[in-house]
Amino acid sequence: MSESPITKALSARRLAGEMSFIPFIAAGDPDLPSTIRLIQTLAAAGADLIEIGFPYSDPIADGPVIQSSYTRALGKHLKLTDLFATIEQASKTISTPLVGMVSFAIIFRTGTRSFLEAAKKAGFAGLIVPDLPGDEATEFAALTKEFGIDLIQLVAPTTPAARMDKILATASGFIYCIAVAGTTGVRDAAAHEIEAGLKLLREKTQLPLCVGFGVSQAAQIEALRGKADGAIVGSAIVRHLDGAETPAGFEKSLASIQKFAEQLAAAAHHS
Amino acid sequence: MSAAITHPISQVPDAQGRFGEFGRRFVPETLMYALEELAQAYQSARKDPEFSAALEGLLKHFVGRPNPLYFAERLTRMSGGARIYFKREDLNHTGAHKINNALGQALLTMRMGKTRIIAETGAGQHGVATATACAHFGIPCTVFMGEEDVRRQKLNVFIMRTMGAEVRPVTSGSRTLRDAINEAMRDWMSSVKNTHYIIGSVVGPHPFPMIVRDFQSVIGREARAQCFEMIGGLPTEIVACVGGGSNAAGMFYPFVDDESVRITGVEAGGRSPKPGDHASALSFGNKGILHGSYSYVLQDEDGQTSDVHSVSAGLDYPGVGPEHAYWKDSGRVQYTSCSDDEALAAMQLMARTEGILPALETSHAISYTLKRASEMSPDESIVVCLSGRGDKDLNEVARLTGQQI
Repeated sequence: MSESPITKALSARRLAGEMSFIPFIAAGDPDLPSTIRLIQTLAAAGADLIEIGFPYSDPIADGPVIQSSYTRALGKHLKLTDLFATIEQASKTISTPLVGMVSFAIIFRTGTRSFLEAAKKAGFAGLIVPDLPGDEATEFAALTKEFGIDLIQLVAPTTPAARMDKILATASGFIYCIAVAGTTGVRDAAAHEIEAGLKLLREKTQLPLCVGFGVSQAAQIEALRGKADGAIVGSAIVRHLDGAETPAGFEKSLASIQKFAEQLAAAAHHS
Repeated sequence: MSAAITHPISQVPDAQGRFGEFGRRFVPETLMYALEELAQAYQSARKDPEFSAALEGLLKHFVGRPNPLYFAERLTRMSGGARIYFKREDLNHTGAHKINNALGQALLTMRMGKTRIIAETGAGQHGVATATACAHFGIPCTVFMGEEDVRRQKLNVFIMRTMGAEVRPVTSGSRTLRDAINEAMRDWMSSVKNTHYIIGSVVGPHPFPMIVRDFQSVIGREARAQCFEMIGGLPTEIVACVGGGSNAAGMFYPFVDDESVRITGVEAGGRSPKPGDHASALSFGNKGILHGSYSYVLQDEDGQTSDVHSVSAGLDYPGVGPEHAYWKDSGRVQYTSCSDDEALAAMQLMARTEGILPALETSHAISYTLKRASEMSPDESIVVCLSGRGDKDLNEVARLTGQQI
């Protein structure tokens, strides 16, 4: 089986003894044209993969920062077709693979096949569906394979070893390792608490292991070195968009996101 | 997702939590272990005579069960048709059916060795029931409640706090029941090791819809036996209001295999059938996913949950339990809706004619029943689940009718 663009990008870093840096933003916050600029900025700052959140009205896995970002985007009547059109425009201008973070409520409503067609056309290399756990994912995983889109599965600190096998059976791209039991958000997730879980996963799979939820600083990325292959940073980036509603506010947010992303990328990339 | 109707129709869900095609588990991985743990604890509790004895004892001595099946003589005469009976869940301790489930799940919490309980509440009845169960057992309790519902249901907020519960107003989204469930789930994500989430309706991921239905089925079991005593057999029709659907599930489930019994669920028709004006997920919604379960949902074409409206906080919810979706698609239960105004009128009529003040939720079922009974013959009978008392709604009713309390 040939490696997917996602696995390829992450493996290249791993082979070089480096970690991957995966930033997250929500599409449509503050608006869709800004999303294109944010994606380009993150790619230029050294992101190895960019996670794009699909705003959803009831995101139970998300903390207040990402909830607010989704609420801002939906408040402007963001529609799925416009989101896909925007990502299609953005993905053509960068080589960094894009991964969609999307609730199964949205995928199911659109129709699994129609959704995957649209995602493929927009240029998504993978999808993270946080409310479609391994047990429920069998059917959808088969379909994503047909479309050549990776289905990234999540493993939580509460996941027992026996469940890991079920989850790995439907996973591709990389494994999203949740650092803390809880929602997304800026916290001090401590590397040593998930060390055992990462070790166990390493024995079970060749897929890259990336850590997210509560990862917000360069020092945390540093502490994950040798244990994980990548770090996912969401809320700590998205919170820079508070006050980005005005054009001047957005330019300021963009500049601070660029600086912050460069720092995180540097922490991840040195070997 | 393919449809499958099993016979007898009561034999659901399967081990994956499927009611036909509906139900299942659409939740973050962080919660999966807790759901499996809960399913196992419930299976073992179910077979344990000590657990059943403890629950039965509580229902008898603390709740006051069995509550009566009441023949509404004047309403029957007024409608001129079928004999109307009410299953009096309003006479339970705390004034509604919610206590049946709260006590059952509180016992499960202790069985699992968990030391904290969280709950969501809409009208406040489930919050009050959970706060009461927690006070009874001495378990710390946090109740999430939408800010809009905190306003509408001040009295229940005060009762919960008096019982020692912490009430956390939820300010996200529409600030109603749906957002309270989101917040409770988020809390549970980070507290799952020591905390049990007592969900208040037959919604959410497996095994919640099954557990809540089973604990509420005491309503239908008692009503069924009482029908044989008082009517000499099965009723012609049974009726309950449906928001998330817990009193209806508890009332209907013991009757679903009785093919001769017509079963009707009444949803909140709100101001009009226009999107945003009602909360009738079964009557107007689509198949979709909300709060970890696959059922009928009011959502837009992108899968975003719609804002809904009902005069009754307990029915103001865009989803509905997966078993109701299964009953709807199988044709076993028919679902209809009743407007805000009709519910308000039914509440007042019930108060003046029978001397019983029903909750606004229940008043939806009563409104339908009055119309329906008049079309039926006097040798037929119709049994309504009187799910709760109306005291909690009086501030809101006074406000809506321009009166002062």
